[in-house]
Amino acid sequence: MMRFATLIKNPADWMKGAGPHSEIVMTSRVRLARNLRGFPFPGFSQERQRVDLLEQVRPVVEQLPEMRDGYSEDYTELSKIRKQVLVERHLVSREHAARSSGCAVVVDRKQSISIMINEEDHFRIQGIRPGLSLHSAYELVDRVDTELESALPFAFDSKLGYLTACPTNLGTGMRASVMLHLPALVLTEQINPVIKAVGKIGLAVRGLYGEGTEALGNLFQISNQHTLGEAEPEIIAQIEKVIEGVVRSEQNARAKLKEDHQTMLQDQVGRAFAILRYAHVLSSKEALNLLSMLRLGADLDLVGNCDRSLIDMMLLEIQPAHLQLNAARELSPDERDSMRAEITRARLQSIDGPGSFPPSQSTPGGPPSAPNDE
Amino acid sequence: MKCDVCENEASVFLTQIINGQMTTVNLCESCSKAKGVTEETGFGLAEAFLSPTQRSEDSMEVVCNACGFTASQLKKIGRMGCPECYNSFREGLDGLLRNMHKGTRHVGKRPMSVGGTAPQLLPRQRTSVVREETSSPPPPMPVPAPAQPSDVSKLRADLDLAVQEERYEDAAKLKAEIERLQPKAPSQ
Repeated sequence: MMRFATLIKNPADWMKGAGPHSEIVMTSRVRLARNLRGFPFPGFSQERQRVDLLEQVRPVVEQLPEMRDGYSEDYTELSKIRKQVLVERHLVSREHAARSSGCAVVVDRKQSISIMINEEDHFRIQGIRPGLSLHSAYELVDRVDTELESALPFAFDSKLGYLTACPTNLGTGMRASVMLHLPALVLTEQINPVIKAVGKIGLAVRGLYGEGTEALGNLFQISNQHTLGEAEPEIIAQIEKVIEGVVRSEQNARAKLKEDHQTMLQDQVGRAFAILRYAHVLSSKEALNLLSMLRLGADLDLVGNCDRSLIDMMLLEIQPAHLQLNAARELSPDERDSMRAEITRARLQSIDGPGSFPPSQSTPGGPPSAPNDE
Repeated sequence: MKCDVCENEASVFLTQIINGQMTTVNLCESCSKAKGVTEETGFGLAEAFLSPTQRSEDSMEVVCNACGFTASQLKKIGRMGCPECYNSFREGLDGLLRNMHKGTRHVGKRPMSVGGTAPQLLPRQRTSVVREETSSPPPPMPVPAPAQPSDVSKLRADLDLAVQEERYEDAAKLKAEIERLQPKAPSQ
């Protein structure tokens, strides 16, 4: 099996590749909740039962063709920082990372599939793809699920579908979610109506890692809330359709920014680059917001030779656990802020920066509010 | 914006539509964690509230005969104790599910074993606490096939178009109309 260091050293498949609408849709994730018949759910079982279950199923999971030569670890063997790194990479949930005995995670070599054992459900099977590609993320987990069910008796009811610890996951047990970068909708103050409209169709909107929304890097997660009464392809098709609408709104907002507020846009991108390139202290929030502006600048060709994957990699590297893993020790918040700036300074050394703009002909105009002006 | 629970700055804005009613909750990070809003799961909550040794001894209460989970525990944490609980607590389940989901009947993927050969069972001797489940599944409930009059399909087409054209307000109205015309389960 793969070592932790090897897993983390390599960027995940979804970080390298580009998918449909990659400039706006960062990732598509689908997870399935599955449980074994005749076993209490992890939240209502004793530690010994969870350990027994883990011992029985872990070899089955590790031997799946997809997971061969992947990474597999019992949580009792993982430090807090390493578990948090897996959370920051979206390979495990925060809830799962908070647990220890009786829990394990198995990740494939490409970091496209992760299987959490003894999360809220016995199994959480997750697939992650770049861009708007929920279909292909579903194909990944569907295949793994079908293979697992040939070896394990999953709890299934012909009326209620897959039985899950929480009735909100009942039926398909499927949660499909998309991570979106929507800086132009935020800058042009159109984001709230969009969020409201998406919510009205029964989809949930959250921020990055479920934390803030507007405040953190203009990153939003949209996912389905209903899991019963509709088939998987229907749910996915509906979300993809809604996301395509959101993508078009963001594209229009970007075009409008470029056309009507070019000076403001160049100023925001230029400032973002300058701070990331030269600052010595960067909080996580500031860095996320600046990287968001830089990513927008790169998408709109305002920054020379700046690859989007470089920015997306930085978005991970500046997270607290990644910083501490890199430093090989626990860091105080102050140390993290200075380490974070060290990373952005180093990574941006090879970037030309937004110095080579064509001369601006636009009139300054009334710029919409910027994210950092408070 | 201030957190709805405490005075801190809110950073989690949860908007949900439940039965056409929009609710928006603003929470700070610690309150959202406390409420389990930012977590996909409430696993820790379950662990905190219960352990098999703290079972209610109330003999009047409905108890899952497979795992000993009680109706009041279900009420408290909103989660089941084991798969068999869905059978033990099926009373009132439909109403709960109707509020939560698009329907009350699963129409998605089925394991190959359903209707085919049963999957190989795991060795069971090590899980002494869990009783072998022998009770039969709940009797099938009479749920008629959902009505699909042509005006519903027309509305569905309109809904698709509205979503495509980003008229989300219209989409929400159309969706409500479809749900009204197409009751998800028999009225009782």
